[in-house]
Amino acid sequence: MSVVVRTVARILVPVILVFGGYVILHGHLTPGGGFQGGAVAASAVALVLVAFGAPSVKGLKSPFSTLEDLGGVAFVVLGFVGLGFTFFANSLAGMGGLFGSPVPTGPNPGYLNTAGTLPLMNWAVGFKVLGGLGAVMVLFGLFGGDDDR
Amino acid sequence: MIGNTPFAVCMVLVLLGLWALLFRRNLIKIVIGIKLIENGVNLYLVATGYVRGGIVPIYTYAPPDATMVLPTPQALTLTSIVIGLATTALMLAFVVVIHRHKKTLDGCKVTELSG
Amino acid sequence: MKRWVTLAAFLVVAGCLLLGGSRMRPFGAPRFDLMDRYFNTWSQEEVAANNVVTAIVFDYRGYDTLGEATVLFTAVIGVALILRRLRR
Repeated sequence: MSVVVRTVARILVPVILVFGGYVILHGHLTPGGGFQGGAVAASAVALVLVAFGAPSVKGLKSPFSTLEDLGGVAFVVLGFVGLGFTFFANSLAGMGGLFGSPVPTGPNPGYLNTAGTLPLMNWAVGFKVLGGLGAVMVLFGLFGGDDDR
Repeated sequence: MIGNTPFAVCMVLVLLGLWALLFRRNLIKIVIGIKLIENGVNLYLVATGYVRGGIVPIYTYAPPDATMVLPTPQALTLTSIVIGLATTALMLAFVVVIHRHKKTLDGCKVTELSG
Repeated sequence: MKRWVTLAAFLVVAGCLLLGGSRMRPFGAPRFDLMDRYFNTWSQEEVAANNVVTAIVFDYRGYDTLGEATVLFTAVIGVALILRRLRR
């Protein structure tokens, strides 16, 4: 690609990753959450693949695979935390400590310290979606890279 | 007035995808037709949960004493979108491998099962 | 011959979809909303989250999210199996 596209891609990739992290982090206060933030952060991988060509993602297959595995395992482990009641019970809500404050009912400006295991589940699902979509895009880029060009 | 027009528009989207699926021969156009059907169904699911004069079901900075839209169809549409993404990725992988082996993208010429 | 049969079937399906889609319940007044009213009222006390949609996806219906994570994992495994590079 031309010089303009490559320079703008170098500037925009950290901005896209930070915006994806913002959408994942505030999933229990504003519209968004795990799946949406993971999809936003995976578009940075697509930008790198389009702007710099196939050889630039050559060594990235196993980091994305490890990220997806860690996200999936963390999601199931968080399900076992509330095993006192049922499998997926939200036992950290309203109990003090990390992410434990109760929420005043009715309209309010959002407080980050609320909602129990929900932010941790958001991070687990966000990493899983980012790892999965990144692995699919790297596989497509590496497969078509050995055509005669 | 509005009547039932949003439901009819979603059905028009599904019909456009069905027409592209049945009457086109290029494999990529068939994949696009399947994707259009999925988009029409997701839009229809979200449109069934609308309450007249309602706001988004979030309590952060909400105006006081407002009726909210039903949140359950939106939660189920999230799952449906991710499953559609998985289906599309697998279909496109098949199309890439067919093009690599047979050197063609015509749906009527890839009728043999082996080789 | 086959094209005319396909065209007739497509027109029948089109008629059914358009006729059924415009005779649904009126847009903006859903009839069965007892569960959604419970979610809207009590999700701030039980889940302590401002976002009702995220509370439904991760707390009230967490098993569906577990199944969806499995589907995403299976899709990535399927693509990695199809697009592998064999040594010639």
